[in-house]
Amino acid sequence: MEWLGLSLACYLIGAICAVACGGREAANRLGPAGALAGSLAGLAGVLLSPASAASHIVLPWGLPLGAFSLGLDPASRLFLLPVYVLGAAAAVSGASALAGHDACSDRRGTHWFFFNLLLLGLSLVMTARDAVCFLIAWEIMSLAPFFLISLHDDESEVREAAWIYLVAAHIGAACLIAFFTLAMVQAGGSSFETIAAAAGDGRLTAPALLFLLALAGFAAKIGLFPFHIWLPEVYPTAPSHVTAVMSAGMINVGVYGLWRALEMLGPPVAWQGWLLVGLGLVSALFGILRAQGLGGLKRLLAYSSVENMGLVCLGLGLGLVGRAAGDDAVAMLGLCGALFHVLSHAAFKGLLFLCAGEVLLVVGSVRIAHLGGLAKRMPLVGGLFLLAAAGIAGLPPLSGFIGELVLALAMLAGLDLPGLLPKVGMAGALAALAAVGGFALAAFAKAGGLSFLGQPRTPAAAKAQSRGRLAEAPLVFLAVCVVLAALFAPALLSLAGQAALNFPGMDLAPARAALTMALATTRTVCLISAALVVLAAALLLLRNRLTAAHGRRAAPTWGCAYTAPTARMQYTAGSFVEPTARIMPVPMGMTIQLDMDPGLFPARATLTVATPDAVKNRFFTPIFEAVARGCDALKVVQHGRVHLYILYVLATVVALLAWKL
Amino acid sequence: MNALTHIVAALVLAPLIPGIINRVKARMAGRVGRPLLQTYYDLAKLIQKGVVVSHTATWMLAAGPAVSLAAVGCALLLLPGPASPAPVSFTGDFMLAAYCLGLSRLALILAALDTGSSFEGMGASREAAFSALAEPVLFLSFLVLAVGAPEISLSGMLGRGLTGVLAPERLFVPLILFIVLLTENCRIPVDDPTTHLELTMIHEVMVLDHSGPDMAFIVYGAALKLWFFAALTVLAVLPVRSLSPAAGWAAFLAGMLLVTVAIGLVESVMARLRLMRVPRLLGGAGALAALSLVLTVWR
Repeated sequence: MEWLGLSLACYLIGAICAVACGGREAANRLGPAGALAGSLAGLAGVLLSPASAASHIVLPWGLPLGAFSLGLDPASRLFLLPVYVLGAAAAVSGASALAGHDACSDRRGTHWFFFNLLLLGLSLVMTARDAVCFLIAWEIMSLAPFFLISLHDDESEVREAAWIYLVAAHIGAACLIAFFTLAMVQAGGSSFETIAAAAGDGRLTAPALLFLLALAGFAAKIGLFPFHIWLPEVYPTAPSHVTAVMSAGMINVGVYGLWRALEMLGPPVAWQGWLLVGLGLVSALFGILRAQGLGGLKRLLAYSSVENMGLVCLGLGLGLVGRAAGDDAVAMLGLCGALFHVLSHAAFKGLLFLCAGEVLLVVGSVRIAHLGGLAKRMPLVGGLFLLAAAGIAGLPPLSGFIGELVLALAMLAGLDLPGLLPKVGMAGALAALAAVGGFALAAFAKAGGLSFLGQPRTPAAAKAQSRGRLAEAPLVFLAVCVVLAALFAPALLSLAGQAALNFPGMDLAPARAALTMALATTRTVCLISAALVVLAAALLLLRNRLTAAHGRRAAPTWGCAYTAPTARMQYTAGSFVEPTARIMPVPMGMTIQLDMDPGLFPARATLTVATPDAVKNRFFTPIFEAVARGCDALKVVQHGRVHLYILYVLATVVALLAWKL
Repeated sequence: MNALTHIVAALVLAPLIPGIINRVKARMAGRVGRPLLQTYYDLAKLIQKGVVVSHTATWMLAAGPAVSLAAVGCALLLLPGPASPAPVSFTGDFMLAAYCLGLSRLALILAALDTGSSFEGMGASREAAFSALAEPVLFLSFLVLAVGAPEISLSGMLGRGLTGVLAPERLFVPLILFIVLLTENCRIPVDDPTTHLELTMIHEVMVLDHSGPDMAFIVYGAALKLWFFAALTVLAVLPVRSLSPAAGWAAFLAGMLLVTVAIGLVESVMARLRLMRVPRLLGGAGALAALSLVLTVWR
């Protein structure tokens, strides 16, 4: 708790110092320093306290409603871990990216103010134990990114993205306010304990409605299908260090909130679990197929977040299905898998976004069509991107595999649930998980392979140069975290296990047995992974010995007897995914348009390959356009004449008086 | 020691399988064919050669084959033998085996993209797409095998034979595994391993720029992967667990020979499918696996 206080204080001081410095260079030092110090203090607090400890503190609070009540328990600590790790890495990365003078350098003070505020809000959300306090922290955490995204607001895309973010965040927040208000009114108190006690006594009417409200509110933050549309618009336009925090720290807050809501709402019903399983699987499959189809690195990573959060949601769903059926082994494995996946996704996605940010700063674009061959000129960034890509595709020896394995173990345990439906559901989920794994591999082979390997497709990519130590330090820090997560996967899993054991209603004996089994499996997997690494290193050594003995010669890439290949003839992002796009036209939605002169002799032709998001274009855009039309119609009464506005107030007061009297 | 016998057997005998397939194809075409041990000769020759590295390539070109072979080797560790379970086995280990093969695939895809060749990009793209489709089919057939198994691991599921009621759906699984074998190992009707330059190629076109020891790793890794899937198919059918070790081994080796000959026969009598037909083959296999699973659970 002391460490948490220190961390919050550092964030606050950093924020105030940054805004006080305004546009001066000092803002770019003090702001990140506050974020870094706060994150490291928080990290120390999370790592030093015993895994199962829980503490609670109530501070004075000036509002008539709610209480300033903060608590730390295993679940809070687990979700704070990525916030702190990413906060530290992103602070350094951002300081390096915003150094020097450019168009936005006079805004650095406010930028770092909101950056610190975002971290502060995230820490408060994860520790709040009172609905009002939670909602206020939620608003701080939701509003700060709006200002961070719009750093380069001279570009229309950035303004558009910031706007989309604001709308999405508030649609979610509206659901959450409704959820907490309903729960508070029925429970007669605003602390989480009171609400949970009311749910336990059955005093909450319409728990199904509360569940759906919470799900909608938090799913908008998580970015689950169909609420995902803000992710691919916001991530590509926000500064990369902000995106790293958002993708790895902020969207987890939705999972955390859902977790707390599920804890509060008491014993789950099976349909709620299956709804989450279905939503998770649809998000995962849709996300990864869309990711595969895209040609922009950051947008691809955004859809990959939809996929991974889908897997997390799937795990939560398995947990609820297990709890509802009274099988706590299934519940434990599902919840553990979900929490573990949150951690490993955060590490990989943060690293990927920071690498993409380096590419953007160096090359000036993250479109795969403008990249290529970067690993030769930026070996560290290229190597780390490929490492994280293999990890996020769920491949051993990295920790992404462990998360998916624990989820699979939950499904295998779920095969023993009574009835045909759970069996079919679990088997279907496992097959879908396998498909997601396969497509994730294809998507990240494309992202990593076409951006960092091969020949540079543009002069800018050919001249790419690494930006030096300070820029690479956060990448190395996150890579160390990724490697540590692989090495100490059992420790991380037991951390997730501690949080899952606290889930209300869990029968401890079978849950602990399931955790022990999962831990033993993880240790075995770690051993095999170690064997894999050693074997690969030995083979590489052998290969180098052999080639050193028998000669090594450099030559051009074999062009199948064609002697003048150019970089433009390489496979592109569009051509790489064409087979999959043809096999699955509906979810990928790739459109290929060839405009060619119909005459006999070839003339200039254009080929346009695009992958528009059908959910956005066919579902949300019409709704928002209708809302905009409705709002436009209301402009009749909103004309800017103040004396008439005062008349409105008078009319309203008179009407209210007449109604009440 | 006993647990490692079949791993050693796999490591030693795997290169024989491509030799037998070639011999079957040659005989079917009325030719004498290459020596049975040709793959061994190729491997011995390749590791004594130097390498030619593309100007475009980075460290990935060298790392790809090594990582790929190491990953296939780790997958083999999870495969049970005819007389003993695998050295390592745990619930859900089939997933580790499948993902190790996935890592092996990713390493080769990245190594292919490292050369910047459009041919290799083409192969990489197809390999990624078709393997992604094969993955759920493989998992579904594992689930069918898992019904009634003492433990849901490769060692627990395989080698029990077609136990229980001998219903038609039990026979689907070896068939599906055989289709997955053909897909994952890039055999006809999915891919043609004999032509190097056709634009229809998948696996062979990805390795155009590899040479010397790198190529040896790839050839050996491909042979081991073929052994892995062939053994999977054989052990899904034969009840080797209930036989004595010697009889188990004899039955297993006979089964492996049979599967190998079957691959050769398929390659001799079938043409390669049009690329866009491959998903239908896999979709059919997947539907069959799902049907088989529902029927097995329901009985």
